[in-house]
Amino acid sequence: MAISRDDVERVAKLARLELDEAQIEELTPQLAEIVAYVDQLAEVDTEGVEPMAHGVELSNVLRQDVVRPGLSHEAALANAPRSDQDGFRVPAVLDG
Amino acid sequence: MPDCPATCPTRLTAAEQLGRMQSSDLSSAELTRAYLDRIAAVDGKVGAFLRTTEERALETAANVDKRRAAGEPLGGLAGLPVAVKDLLCDEGQLVTCASRMLETFQAPYNSTVVAKLKAADAVLIGRTNMDEFAMGGSTENSAFQPTRNPWDTERSPGGSSGGAAACVAAGEAPLSIGTDTGGSIRQPAALCGVVGLKPTYGRVSRYGAVAFASSLDQVGPLARTVGDTALLYDAIAGHCDRDSTSAPVEAKPTAPAVNTPLDGLRVGVVREQFTEGLDPEVRTAVEAAIDRYRDLGAEIVDVELPHAKYGVATYYVIAPSEASSNLARYDGIHYGRRTDEAAVHAELTAERKAATEAGDTAAAARVESALVRLYRKSRSEGFGPEVQRRIMLGAYALSAGYYDAYYLKALKVRRLIRKDYDAAFEKVNVILGPTTAAPAFKLGELINDPLAMYLVDLYTVSANLAGLPAISLPCGQSSSGLPIGMQLMAPPLEEERLLRAARMHETAYGTAPRPTL
Repeated sequence: MAISRDDVERVAKLARLELDEAQIEELTPQLAEIVAYVDQLAEVDTEGVEPMAHGVELSNVLRQDVVRPGLSHEAALANAPRSDQDGFRVPAVLDG
Repeated sequence: MPDCPATCPTRLTAAEQLGRMQSSDLSSAELTRAYLDRIAAVDGKVGAFLRTTEERALETAANVDKRRAAGEPLGGLAGLPVAVKDLLCDEGQLVTCASRMLETFQAPYNSTVVAKLKAADAVLIGRTNMDEFAMGGSTENSAFQPTRNPWDTERSPGGSSGGAAACVAAGEAPLSIGTDTGGSIRQPAALCGVVGLKPTYGRVSRYGAVAFASSLDQVGPLARTVGDTALLYDAIAGHCDRDSTSAPVEAKPTAPAVNTPLDGLRVGVVREQFTEGLDPEVRTAVEAAIDRYRDLGAEIVDVELPHAKYGVATYYVIAPSEASSNLARYDGIHYGRRTDEAAVHAELTAERKAATEAGDTAAAARVESALVRLYRKSRSEGFGPEVQRRIMLGAYALSAGYYDAYYLKALKVRRLIRKDYDAAFEKVNVILGPTTAAPAFKLGELINDPLAMYLVDLYTVSANLAGLPAISLPCGQSSSGLPIGMQLMAPPLEEERLLRAARMHETAYGTAPRPTL
């Protein structure tokens, strides 16, 4: 599957990246080359093989539902680019 | 003073330094000062450190000395300087991941590993340079500075834990902590001539380690000797209930057992790894290592890993996919770089105006919201080219229509890679091979060829995909004096076996030499 310039622009939107013309020009052949390389996986017979998502196959790691100390309000806001005492300040989401 | 004299305490192993401190022949203050002096003398050339935490280090050292003199109980690393890759949270300290995205980010809490180092009374001496967000094999992707290989400063120390490997090689710290997702501890260890261990997935807590690829990342130790590596590993390994991928098993100390050779050791060798593409001097050095094991009484057995050749392709689908998900959190909202908001609003207003004036109301309506433009600009300003490339690759592989062919397919091949190892470990106890196909490459040599850079991970990625423990240790030098590393792998949770096998080689080969800086 060859990766095209359109693919690159579409994926950039999905990934919330803003690429300028020079970047798109540079990135498109690089991504195409990498995708062409990983395409070799198609030749492997994986019929009936379970996907392996993790190195240690654990599931449903639970703990008792007991309140423990967490991050304070202050600590959580400490690195915010813009905040007030209540929370993070962002551009308006509605009527953008 | 360019080179440290033979009497300098930095010339001792960490284990020896600990011994001297315990018998009051050396103070932590003296030792820490010696390392800080060394850093001042050489790090201008090496660039291993992004930051040293000199004041705090000297304070910790003085405190350890005081408590030791008062006969108080101390942790297992008491008084030993440790350098930490700038990816692990240390409360109140900057953790930048060598990225402009996190240039001013201060850790709100301690990672489990840093908490354990502090509990072990280690002296945290500084934060080491890395490829941005751990993505890279040369440390050239750091947004702040390159790190140079102490053996040849025109060459890369490897990556992404290039700073952690270089500082140990250059005698700037006896111990360091790195992370390994596709080889990022082992490959720089090999290129810098030190020992580096990637534990079994789940052995060391990832809580507070900034995530790159969650199913592959592992935190691990680097040091000049196997014994020192075991010492540091013991301090950081173990179950953590804040990491839901943490192996639910206790970690037994390995340092006490490390000098006991393994009787009847069966060493697996994958002949396929020794074909063209492998630098002939690397081949010679690794074959010499095989001979050493034979001389030590081990049996050498040929094993096959038929799917290992798909390792790089499998890794470069899975890792970027997971990265694209993990790095979605950097959106300029809660932390990290936020673009200039006023400029965003101005830009959008101008775009809408231009479209409306041209009579194109459809285009005017399609102009992005301020929030989305904020995300896009913040991210593109904060992330370097390699990070953006991997996010793009990952988003593509996971996108509708491609998910099955790429991500799901890669997870299946991953299972086959793991099964190959399981089968091989029925016949042998450890697998031996090269860590890298060639010694250190020149800075600038591979940075413009992403795929060539990815192929450097050829021998290391499989351990991450399969979740197995693997160690790199020195086994030779090239004719131009560059270090050559060998890699040992073992079944899951067999770090003790791995370290003992590595120690067997070290007793025959000797401790690696030091570079002259």
